[in-house]
Amino acid sequence: MAFLEIKDLEVYYGAINALKGISFDVEQGEIIALIGANGAGKTTSLHTISGLIPAKHGSVKFNGKELTKTPAHKIVSMGMAHVPEGRRVFAQLSVLENLTLGAYTRKDKNEINESLEHVYERFPRLKERRTQAAGTLSGGEQQMLAIGRALMSKPSIVLMDEPSMGLSPLYVNEIFDIIQEINKSGTTVLLVEQNAKKALSIANRAYVLETGKITLSGDAHELMDNDEVKKAYLGE
Amino acid sequence: MSFISNLLNGISLGSIYALIALGYTMVYGIAKMLNFAHGDIIMVGGYAAFITMAANWCPLWLSMVITVAVCTVLGVVIEKVAYRPLRSSPPLAVLITAIGVSYLLQNIALLTQTANPKTFTSIAAGAPPFLQVFSGKGAVFFKANPYQDEGLKPVLTVSMETFLAIVVSVIIMIALTLFINKTKAGRAMMACSEDRGAAQLMGINVNATISLTFAIGSALAAVAAVLMCSAYPQISPYTGSMPGIKAFVAAVFGGIGSIPGAMIGGVLLGVIEILSKFYISSQLSDAIVFMVLIVMLIVRPTGIMGKKISEKV
Ligand SMILES: Nc1ncnc2c1ncn2[C@@H]1O[C@H](COP(=O)(O)OP(=O)(O)O)[C@@H](O)[C@H]1O
Ligand SMILES: [Mg+2]
Repeated sequence: MAFLEIKDLEVYYGAINALKGISFDVEQGEIIALIGANGAGKTTSLHTISGLIPAKHGSVKFNGKELTKTPAHKIVSMGMAHVPEGRRVFAQLSVLENLTLGAYTRKDKNEINESLEHVYERFPRLKERRTQAAGTLSGGEQQMLAIGRALMSKPSIVLMDEPSMGLSPLYVNEIFDIIQEINKSGTTVLLVEQNAKKALSIANRAYVLETGKITLSGDAHELMDNDEVKKAYLGE
Repeated sequence: MSFISNLLNGISLGSIYALIALGYTMVYGIAKMLNFAHGDIIMVGGYAAFITMAANWCPLWLSMVITVAVCTVLGVVIEKVAYRPLRSSPPLAVLITAIGVSYLLQNIALLTQTANPKTFTSIAAGAPPFLQVFSGKGAVFFKANPYQDEGLKPVLTVSMETFLAIVVSVIIMIALTLFINKTKAGRAMMACSEDRGAAQLMGINVNATISLTFAIGSALAAVAAVLMCSAYPQISPYTGSMPGIKAFVAAVFGGIGSIPGAMIGGVLLGVIEILSKFYISSQLSDAIVFMVLIVMLIVRPTGIMGKKISEKV
């Protein structure tokens, strides 16, 4: 059984059928990219996996446990963290308070401090600005905070929703480097991106989502050479 | 001296408004709804205090504990039964439900307690005034008039009720501020108020946090009920409506959703009300209070402490 296994997942917003029965899986240690155009259902997929919206049908199994019946706030402590689209840091709280909230479900103070030091090592900028309100950070810094906050729960898998969205090219490269580092340190990554080129370049495997259906899947480098992918997502 | 006396009475009344406004503003900030039944929780608290204080088996402290417990449980139950099922409904549906709950509470009170106002015995009944100032003799604290025999009357009297309302409110506000800023549960409340979805992704139980918010808001309403009924010693099924509306004004005035805003707005409103009652017109004082709100909304729609946060890229 795969680490994270999504099967026949169907999601509706009222009458709108956003996911029409998608299945995919993620093995431990992988970076999996989920690519697709705007409105394809990428965010919906991640929101359903982490319990923010209910599934109409189908299953999400994580470490063998069914997530579709688990309330969202219980999923974090099972080892899944989610860096949401648009970062969604707590703007009025300080950087440190945001990071502390990331460890909300953890108890051991020493271990939490250890994670905090790790995050500060990875993102020295966050340490410099730890007392600053998160809303006053630049977009790139907010993205780092959102990632750091997710890492504070010591997850075994991180779901990332368009972490490069709206960032300058310099930051985009930095964010993708960081994703690779996080993966190398043993965390599985499910990466949603519109920047297909970048996502495919760091992923092991990838799935292509089109209007609520998975239309292509396979090895990330092979997909990069796929004519359809080239035409639709790589602008070649 | 009469100005000082009025000012203190205003601050005292304003402290009570602030306690009620805190309930409005916290619920608005975290559950994103206007709980128009909040004023009627005060009324229920007033009756709980009235009934238990009249029972001779019940000492005053127990009566206070029961009052706070009744309001806390009532607030949490109302949220669970009436508002939670509408969590994802349009705001108008929730608003109408809240008004319905308000009428329900009033009508239950009408049925069980009748429409006749009852005289509330102050919790400080029989206690000497907090402060009396005598010309030429100075101030006397916590004592009956020692110059009674000489026929000397104080030029300034601050009643025990006025004093208690201010002191109790200040203590509660400090405690609440510490709770919100220093505890994990308080931080969870701030997170929920900013972004409920992101809060869930942190592992915060949003339903539990909203319940906690209603519990705290209703407990504050219970305290406000006792202080208010002691200062204005009457209770009827409509006791809660006017203070409820004024506290709502105070919350909007201070910037709805803002905790310091509710405190400042409440105190300011109390002072404006008492001063205009005394120096302008006792009939117009309520109108003036609402006019101040209208002017505020025109000049600064977000209220005193309300803030806008622009999204950054
Ligand atoms: N809250 C919502 N209410 C109604 N429809 C929605 C909502 N969120 C997303 N949708 C619709 O669901 C589809 C998938 O959206 P989304 O998952 O956000 O796509 P993506 O993240 O791939 O851009 C789109 O057609 C979108 O319009
Ligand atoms: Mg999206």
